[in-house]
Order: sequence, then structure tokens, then C-alpha cells
Amino acid sequence: MKLHNISINNLKRRKAKMAFLTIGLTVGIATIVTLVTLTRSMSSDIERKMDEFGANILVTPQSNGLSMNYGGISLGGVTFDQREIREDDLAKIKTITNHKNISAISPKVLGGIKINDHDVLLVGVNFESELKMKQWWKVFGNEPKSEHDLLLGSDASKVLNVSSGDTLNIKGETFRVAGVLDQTGSQDDALVFASLAKAQKLLGKEGKISMAEVAALCSGCPIGDMVTQIAEKIPDAKVSAIQQVVEGRLKALDQFKRFSYAMAGVVVFIGSLIVFVTMMGSVNERTVEIGVFRAIGFRKSHIMRIILLEAALVSLLAGFLGYAAGMGGAKLALPFMAESRNAHLVWDTTVGFGSIGLALVLGLLASLYPALHASKMDPTEALRAL
Amino acid sequence: MALIEITNLKKQYTSGDDVVEALRGVNLSIEAGEFITVMGQSGSGKSTLLSVLGGMNHPTTGEVEMAGVKLYQLPGEKLADFRAQNLGFVFQSFHLIPYLTAVENVMLPLAIVKMSSAAKQTAARTALERVGLGSKLDRLPSQLSGGEQERVAIARAIVNNPHILLADEPTGNLDSKTSQEVMALFRELNDAGQTVVMVTHNPENGAYADRTIHLKDGVVVDN
Repeated sequence: MKLHNISINNLKRRKAKMAFLTIGLTVGIATIVTLVTLTRSMSSDIERKMDEFGANILVTPQSNGLSMNYGGISLGGVTFDQREIREDDLAKIKTITNHKNISAISPKVLGGIKINDHDVLLVGVNFESELKMKQWWKVFGNEPKSEHDLLLGSDASKVLNVSSGDTLNIKGETFRVAGVLDQTGSQDDALVFASLAKAQKLLGKEGKISMAEVAALCSGCPIGDMVTQIAEKIPDAKVSAIQQVVEGRLKALDQFKRFSYAMAGVVVFIGSLIVFVTMMGSVNERTVEIGVFRAIGFRKSHIMRIILLEAALVSLLAGFLGYAAGMGGAKLALPFMAESRNAHLVWDTTVGFGSIGLALVLGLLASLYPALHASKMDPTEALRAL
Repeated sequence: MALIEITNLKKQYTSGDDVVEALRGVNLSIEAGEFITVMGQSGSGKSTLLSVLGGMNHPTTGEVEMAGVKLYQLPGEKLADFRAQNLGFVFQSFHLIPYLTAVENVMLPLAIVKMSSAAKQTAARTALERVGLGSKLDRLPSQLSGGEQERVAIARAIVNNPHILLADEPTGNLDSKTSQEVMALFRELNDAGQTVVMVTHNPENGAYADRTIHLKDGVVVDN
């Protein structure tokens, strides 16, 4: 017979009460686990999606010029001593320390060209990476597959009076309009997209590129570090982070976290209240029993140990059950909550140990006053209470 | 020197503006091996005397010295330790712990003692055998009769070999036949050297004791 035998036997005897306490705490922990896991899973999904939504690092040639455009209205500019980026240099981007964070690199060559007596801006792109990066593009027709396929912005197709399946002649070569972009409201509407190699040839810029967009996977988002690393690898290029994208992303995640923490706070409070009320009720019910313990020589600390051990055992059980139920709940809820169907559940040992630890701390803290109250009971008064 | 020396013991309770004097200057000496019954009408102060004697109820004034130790001068939890090592309690309503078996109830005072589990088991079995319940070790209190529960309570009180066994109306909830059996058991324990102080309102119980103390209005009127 040791003190823990008393705690365990009491828990066994008061099955209904202890089940109520365990369920109360389990629901609290499960809610927190569900919220945290859902938030993490959704954040991860959003991060992935936002990464897919566009570039967050821009690699442009070094120049001492100042651009003079604002809100899409260009007033020209003064550019001098402009250097160019060699296409070969892009391979160096993949050698940076944080190369694993790079989702896609989309090189571009730009140049004015005449098509059907219209001056248009021809953009040479790697269609595979461009389409991966710009998932909001809606293509009417087909995605370009061969070197002689073009993709036209909606305005460009109107001006050139062509649609998907038509052909265009550029510098004596025949190209097929594979597809036309739905209106994007951006500069893309006025552009004619060709394959990078063909555009370089048409523009007389073989082996050179005008700029490159880099999409970085943003878990942890070391964008600043990546910018520095790329700049070191390509000294002739100007590397800059697109701050709005990064900040918008962080803001979205921050809002999710705040919501999650606020909900967790409410649940923690309710859980603590359940533990406190149940333990207090249990202590009051056991007044005589505690009086007997004190009469036969149990110290105050012995009484506290009995009560706190009971709380700890229930809390540990609730922690385990809460984690399991919470993960189950998150798994069920994720398909309804996440925007994409392929959002996956984030399994994190920190959440596992954290939920068990939280249940334990919560149970012990909420039981501290009832335990103190029990330990301070006057044995004479307690025995008289019968 | 007497095992217990009670000197000018006074105990007052305050209830609102009223002050109730439960004990009004009790002086008493109890020798080792004595069997004493404390009798008196309800409100005479006998239960208060027992609780003060048991180190559970601080007196307003006066002193209780037991085995050379002034109880109420012990610091903090030392008084609890003293109870654990030197006193055994038998309560009127048995106060067995309902979720523990007979043997576990008897082992309760040993839960805070550094002993091997086997030694605790042996001590508890021996105590239960002494009170004639060696065959009902694993019964829960709810599976025992009133007399058997009382015996378990007595076994629990003697398992730590206390200097003094304090009993508060131990036969109060028992029929006369069982009461006689329980009193015979107390006598048997006393014959074996156990000091017993018992509060009772039943004059028949006095026949088993060496000495009977009568209390009236918080004062010893007959010793």
C-alpha cells in the first residue's frame, strides 16, 4: 500500500465522475489538437498554394536606370550600362544553400517585334515552369507544346485578330496559336508568349535572358537569405524579393495562427474550469475520507500528492485520448476546411507531446487549489462533517 | 511518569457571538497499559477531550504531554508524524475507505511509512487475524457486517503498534451482542499491553475498563 494505490483505487471507484472529467479534458485537448493541426495543415496548404501563385524573387539585369512607370502607366525611363543575364547563369540559382526551397525558375526574354504590322511585345518563356507558376492563367485552346506554338494574351489576340488554332507569321516563320489566355487584367493580356529558345532566336538574343522569376517554397521563408545567396551566385544580376507577396503570405498565416490561439485559449479556460469544478466536488465529497487520512497521520503534502496524482493520471489519459481524437477530428474536417483537395494532414510530434503536456499542466494547475483545500482540512472538522 | 499527562486543559469554541466552553480545566494522568473509558452526556466534552488527546484539536489553553512529548508544541507537520507513529484511532462510524479492501484499509497508516510491501501486507494480515478477520482480507467494507467493519477499523488502529488506542463511541452503531464482542476485543488488546482510551455513553462498556472518567460540562466530575 502506497499513496498511489489510494489514488488509483479512488479513480477506479469513481468511474462515472472520472469519466466525466476525462471526457471534459479530452474534448478540450482534442479541440486544441484539431485547431492546431487544422491550422498547420491549412497553412501548409496555403503556403504551397501561394508558392504556386507566383514568383516571390525577381532576377533582373543590373542597370543604373530608373524605371518611370506607376500603376501600369509607363512614362519611359533612362537606362544605361545595362548588363544581361546569361541563360547558363540560371543553373547557378539551383546551387544556392537554400536550393531546396526553390519551387520553380521561370526565365524570360523580352523584345519588341512586328506581327501583321502590329508592334507587339514578344515574351520567350519556358512554358512548363511558366504555367506551373501562373496557375491562375486560364487557357482557351491548348497549352503550347512545340517550338512553333504561341500563347496569346486576350488583348493581343484581339489586336492580331487570331484565335486558338490560327497561324501567325513572324519573321518568315509560321507559328500556330495554341491557346489564348482569358483576360487577367495584367500586362499578360497584351503579350505574345513563345518558347524561350525560339523567342531568343527571333529577338537575336540567343543564350541571353531579360529576367527570371523565382518561386520559393515558403516554409520558414528564408527569402532574404535566398536573395543574398542568388545575388552572390549571379553578381551581374539584380535580385530582389517581391515584398508584397512575402508580407501578404505572412499576414494570412498570422491571422490563422491568431484565430487558432484565441480558440485554444477559450478551450483551455473551459477545460480548466471543468477540472477545477470536478476536483473541487470530489474533494468536498471526500471530506470524511481526508479527515481519516489526516487523523491517522498523513501530512498535508501526502493529501496533496493523492489528489494531484489522481489529477495527473486523468490528465495523462485525457492527453492521449485528446490527441488521438483531435487528429481524427482534424483528418475528418480537413477536406471541408482546406481549399484544395490534396491538402494533407500535418503530423507533428510536438503537437503530440504538447497536447499530453498541456493536459498534464492544465489538470495539475486546475487541481492545485482543490488539493490545497483538501490538505488544509481540519481533521476534527472533517470527521464531524459526517 | 504517566504515559499521558493532561494539565489544565481548556477548549473554547466560538460560534458568532457565542463562546462555548467544551473543556474547562481538565487535569488527567493515564498510565501505560491502562484501559480508560470516558463517559458523560452529550455535550459534556468527551469527544473534544479525545480529539485534543489525539493531537487533532489544539486546546485553547493547557498542555497534553504524551510519552514525554508536549503535543501542541510540536512544529508544523511533526504533530501529524506523531499521530502516525504513536496513536491509533477507532471512529464511531468506522470511517473505512469504501474503495479499499479490508487488508488495504488496515495498511492505510503504513502507506506513509518506509516499509517493504511484503512487510506491510504481513503487518496488516497479522492485525486482521488479531481481530478475527483473517479470512476476509479482500472484502470491501460494503461486503462486511457492522461488527466486521468495526474490527477492520480496530485492526487499522493497531497495525502501527501505537502507544495509545483512542476510540470514539466504537459500539455506538452496533447491536448489543456485537458491542460485547467488540468490547471483549478491546479488553483482549489491553490485556496484551495496549493502552486504551475510549469515549462511550454506554455504562455497560465501563465494565471492561480499568478506570472510568466522568465528564460533565467540560469538567472531570469523577475519576
